[in-house]
Amino acid sequence: MHVLLAILSGILFAAGVWLILRRSLARLVLGLILLSQAANLVIFTSGGLHRAAPPIVGENATALEAPYADPLPQALILTAIVISFGLFAFFLVLIKRAHQETGTDDIDAMSEVET
Amino acid sequence: MNLLIVLPVLLPLLTGVGTLLLRSSTRIQHVVSITGSAGFLASAILLLVRLRDGGILAVQLGNWPAPFGITFVADLFSALMVLLTAVIGFTVALYSIAAIDLPRIRYGYHPLLHFLLMGVSGAFLTGDMFNLYVWFEVMLIASFVLLVLGGEKAQFAGAVKYVTVNLLASMLFLIGAGVLYGKTGTLNFADLAFKLAQNPEPALVNTSAILFLVAFGIKAAVFPFFFWLPDSYHVPPAAVTALFSGLLTKVGVYALMRTFSMIFIHDMDFTGPLFLVLAGLTMVIGVFGAVAQGEMKRLLSFHIVSQIGYALMGLGIFTQLALSGAIYFTLHVAIAKAALFFVVGYVARRRGHTNLARLGGLLRESPLVAVLFLLAALSLAGLPPFSGFFAKFTLIKAGLEASQYAIVAVALLVSMMTLFSMTKIWNEAFWKDAPERMDTDARVPAPYLQAGDKWLYILPIILLVGITIVMGLAAEPILQMTGRAAEQLLDPAPYIRQVLGRMP
Repeated sequence: MHVLLAILSGILFAAGVWLILRRSLARLVLGLILLSQAANLVIFTSGGLHRAAPPIVGENATALEAPYADPLPQALILTAIVISFGLFAFFLVLIKRAHQETGTDDIDAMSEVET
Repeated sequence: MNLLIVLPVLLPLLTGVGTLLLRSSTRIQHVVSITGSAGFLASAILLLVRLRDGGILAVQLGNWPAPFGITFVADLFSALMVLLTAVIGFTVALYSIAAIDLPRIRYGYHPLLHFLLMGVSGAFLTGDMFNLYVWFEVMLIASFVLLVLGGEKAQFAGAVKYVTVNLLASMLFLIGAGVLYGKTGTLNFADLAFKLAQNPEPALVNTSAILFLVAFGIKAAVFPFFFWLPDSYHVPPAAVTALFSGLLTKVGVYALMRTFSMIFIHDMDFTGPLFLVLAGLTMVIGVFGAVAQGEMKRLLSFHIVSQIGYALMGLGIFTQLALSGAIYFTLHVAIAKAALFFVVGYVARRRGHTNLARLGGLLRESPLVAVLFLLAALSLAGLPPFSGFFAKFTLIKAGLEASQYAIVAVALLVSMMTLFSMTKIWNEAFWKDAPERMDTDARVPAPYLQAGDKWLYILPIILLVGITIVMGLAAEPILQMTGRAAEQLLDPAPYIRQVLGRMP
């Protein structure tokens, strides 16, 4: 499972980097979204994976017993997802406005408009 | 619960919400904005007074004992940086009254300004790695909108680069935090410092250390991650650029200094020289970029990059004196830089553009502003008796004591180049005669300034220049204070004890 997720996030990173190296703004956003998903998977994987081991203290126990799924990485990911949702919503509007204003989807052409 | 730590975050939040609710009236918004930032300034001063002898305050939010909940910690370094935030915030709020045009204010300039301040002081006060990430995002989203507010063409091109690079940096930061948690099981600074000191696992921890280095390096605009800064900082109005240059890159510097002096110290043989090389290259490339520019905002933006190198130099030398110098330098440069950008804003208002070749005659036209510019510029270049001299003097003394002669030579050379590029602005904009044909930029409606407006431009510049002079004249007590802050960074035991409630 670890290996599978590691490979999956590797693929997402590769695809994301490939996309942000394109000059088109739309691809740039898609690339960033893929990268942020890859980041979430890395956190998820590095937090340790345990199947069917919820972090619940047993009936007669006072503390958690060793193999349990750590809820904290999931809380981190949840926060990260919410934040990146907001940021990407803003970024999408930004490139739409940039496209309207400069009439191009190409980053290099946009920089020429500026000077 | 100690209110003193939370106030620097709460007050900007309340001010931001207040200005948001009162957005129908610009006049009331200005009053709320000024009052709120004055309150912020007062709370920051109280915090510093409370901590000036080297105490540490910690608050467990929600009363969850550390390291399980989110901790807010203020040591002297944090308190100094919060005070810096408040000073920059107050002067920018004052300057904005005249300098920010009505449409921008209608579209929420003031709430954004205060939310940005909230994010920055949250980042300075938090004692938790993931919470630091959240404050970074609060700060970033406010800065994104401030950057595009106004909707000029150039702003979009600048903003796309700025947003992209910052999103990438945040992502690296997030991965670093995730990997670090996976290896140590904690994200609390104090707990991390303790656990890593007990049981360093260099191979694994180094991965996240380098991820943090790159992420914070991008935020701080360190070589080779600085290209976005001169490409985007010149597009918003000067008040916003002053705010960004004073605070955003400094948050990156703060995060680097905090993590690499308290947490990732197990491999100083590697990180020390690495920081020195990065510092040298940042200084040199920044200043060469600046010298080549012919536009005031771009020139000063390259100087932001170059000056970051000095703060990094202190971190690379890593002695108590060097860190003390780096902290003092960070305070100094944010203030001098903001003053310079305020002057640029004044020039832009006066002439409608800030292109050096087409400027001139400003000394005769506004001698007071010219003198203020000269004072701030000399301070930035590091001439006595201004704060820049003592900042660079301390760093260079620390470099010589640690026999790091190469970086000392680079620092001195870059200082000279800084002076050279400052005289370039002085000669072109202020000293030479105004060009025959006074072409103003069509985009700016009226270069004419009313007398009252003019003083609203000049007053914040006077305040900031006054601070840099006072920081220079009172260098001894301030350096003692930054020295104590550096001691706290080098010996995290009291910090850990204060946060965790015991020495585990």
